[in-house]
Amino acid sequence: MIATWPCPSSHNPEASEYALAVPGGGSKVVLIVPPLFDEGNKLRRLLAETLRLLGAAGIGAVLPDLPGTNESVVQLDTQTLAEWHAAMARAAKHFSATHVLAVRGGALVSPALPGWHYAPASGAAILRQMLRARVIAAREAGRTEDREGLMAEALDHGIVLQGYPLSSVMMTELAEAVPIHPATPISQSDIGGGSLWLRAEPDFDPQQAQALAARIATDLQL
Amino acid sequence: MTSNLDHDLKQILADVLGLSSEQVAAFDADTGLFGHLPELDSMSVAGLLTEMEDRLGFIIDDDEVDGEMLETYGALLAFARAKLDA
Repeated sequence: MIATWPCPSSHNPEASEYALAVPGGGSKVVLIVPPLFDEGNKLRRLLAETLRLLGAAGIGAVLPDLPGTNESVVQLDTQTLAEWHAAMARAAKHFSATHVLAVRGGALVSPALPGWHYAPASGAAILRQMLRARVIAAREAGRTEDREGLMAEALDHGIVLQGYPLSSVMMTELAEAVPIHPATPISQSDIGGGSLWLRAEPDFDPQQAQALAARIATDLQL
Repeated sequence: MTSNLDHDLKQILADVLGLSSEQVAAFDADTGLFGHLPELDSMSVAGLLTEMEDRLGFIIDDDEVDGEMLETYGALLAFARAKLDA
């Protein structure tokens, strides 16, 4: 289930990253590009379960770590969206992915393969929420911050949002980023139930994993 | 419009709080929200406000957000209605 793939960085040409992987036994392999930052944590269990269900249906699936997140030992503040895009393309090549399922902000760094965008989010929408959370947390702590001021500072020096240290390059890229490659959209109403990335606490809904895996299996048979 | 707004706002809260439609349907004006539900931190409040913007179609400025509007369901509904009427 645990696999590694080569992901050289400017600091370490020998570096590799982890992925969850299941062999499908057939010719189809779906690369699952996870959501960014906190949404990645909130949806981790849903995507891991979707991956297992795809494997059980005879479809190969791979869920790689974005470098600097999850099990990765790379420092997150050295990472950029462009590097994540290149990393996902490397993972796709290493695992011979034929399709991609990009989730939320994962659509911003997804490789050029046919596939799906599940509830894709623009970089601006992701930033709006993270900056707002920081402003509210500051207010609770008795400090006054505002989103415009934080953004201006972040573009110059980088910033820590929700515990994630983001470089000025990452912030500049996020502010402008939209999904790169076209894909078949999957909306939350296609899956049913509530959006798990909105939950106050990480949660899981087995029916959503089944619906997502079934949708992909059906589309791949067409 | 009013009943639609009530319905939409309850659906957003259901998504954020992980409650069923039946559970949020029982919310009334005095139902306590923030301060009554310790799991709701700054991140989930931010998620709630951003989702309200996206689904209800208005923009909420940082300085419009205070403890009072988030204290009860009635206060949050009144805030959303005022935004739509503005």
